[in-house]
Amino acid sequence: MGLETEFEIPVLTTTVESVVQWARKSAIWPVTFGLACCAIEMMAMASSRYDISRFGAEVFRGSPRQSDLMIIAGRLSRKMAPSLRRIYDQMPEPKWVISMGACASCGGVFDNYAIVQGSDQVVPIDVFIPGCPPRPESIIYAIVQLQKKIAASKMDQTPKVRIA
Amino acid sequence: MSAAELIAALAAAVPGAQYEALESADSDVTPAILVPVEHLLATARALRETPGLEFHAFSDVTAVDFYPRREPRFDVVYHMVSPHRRARVRLKVRVALDQPVPSVTSVWPGAGWMEREVFDLFGIVFEGHGDLRRLMMPDDWVGHPLRKDYPVQLRKDAATFMPLQVTAEEFRANLERDRTVRPRSKEGV
Repeated sequence: MGLETEFEIPVLTTTVESVVQWARKSAIWPVTFGLACCAIEMMAMASSRYDISRFGAEVFRGSPRQSDLMIIAGRLSRKMAPSLRRIYDQMPEPKWVISMGACASCGGVFDNYAIVQGSDQVVPIDVFIPGCPPRPESIIYAIVQLQKKIAASKMDQTPKVRIA
Repeated sequence: MSAAELIAALAAAVPGAQYEALESADSDVTPAILVPVEHLLATARALRETPGLEFHAFSDVTAVDFYPRREPRFDVVYHMVSPHRRARVRLKVRVALDQPVPSVTSVWPGAGWMEREVFDLFGIVFEGHGDLRRLMMPDDWVGHPLRKDYPVQLRKDAATFMPLQVTAEEFRANLERDRTVRPRSKEGV
């Protein structure tokens, strides 16, 4: 039926948008950026036991310019906030952010002057992960959720609403 | 060397100073001595240079805030080590709010960053330091967080911006500042 039957070699029709979004969601490269103890679980997620490469997200990049995803792994101190924002600004569009753990999401147990009470004050967050720290399975689940979000979003993503 | 022996050795080097031996749980390892703030610098120099004391290594300086239980409210606590004598000493200085403490950077240059930390978190000013900037908190922070009367659960917008690049003038000024800071003393080292 349709275009698929016209050729002798097998072909498949789809839209450019779904192919591009499939490519984007299948290779989310996170930036190597750990702030505290959550980063240990993030590293465990990349290890062979949990193996995030099954979902194409194992390539931790040392440069924000080659990364798609920032995992805020740990409590974000007020002094670190401008640096985090600068790294985020250096990442090329499209880019996504996962806020990992209680501290990054809401300050956690650190209800004090030194810690930002929720990293969504600094960068727009796509997925929040609860837990203290979240297990590697939780982060994998968050990345799968993010993949669903990417697959459902438009290709010519307008830049997200920027805070501050 | 016990606290009494240390005080006897110091009294000869620093005339007129009234020392007091303090109780501590580890006084067999680290004798603790209360030093009047006006004799701190002379005591530090004597601890370093008197033969038989020779505390060449500066280990730490920190502070304790006893607000509102005690006046003067701060204890500034110094730890020194004599590596080859395998001995330690702890000095305590009592200071009130806004009372400056002489800096010991002229005796032990390594005390510089630790005094900056105490200044940052307790607001204790070290006179003669030469580069007394904040160390832990952002440069534009207001207040000194480890004081007992500091509002710990402070709500405040997170700063998200810092200048991407320094200008040429700022770069040169930083260079000049880093070169001229804390001229090395002729004696010592």
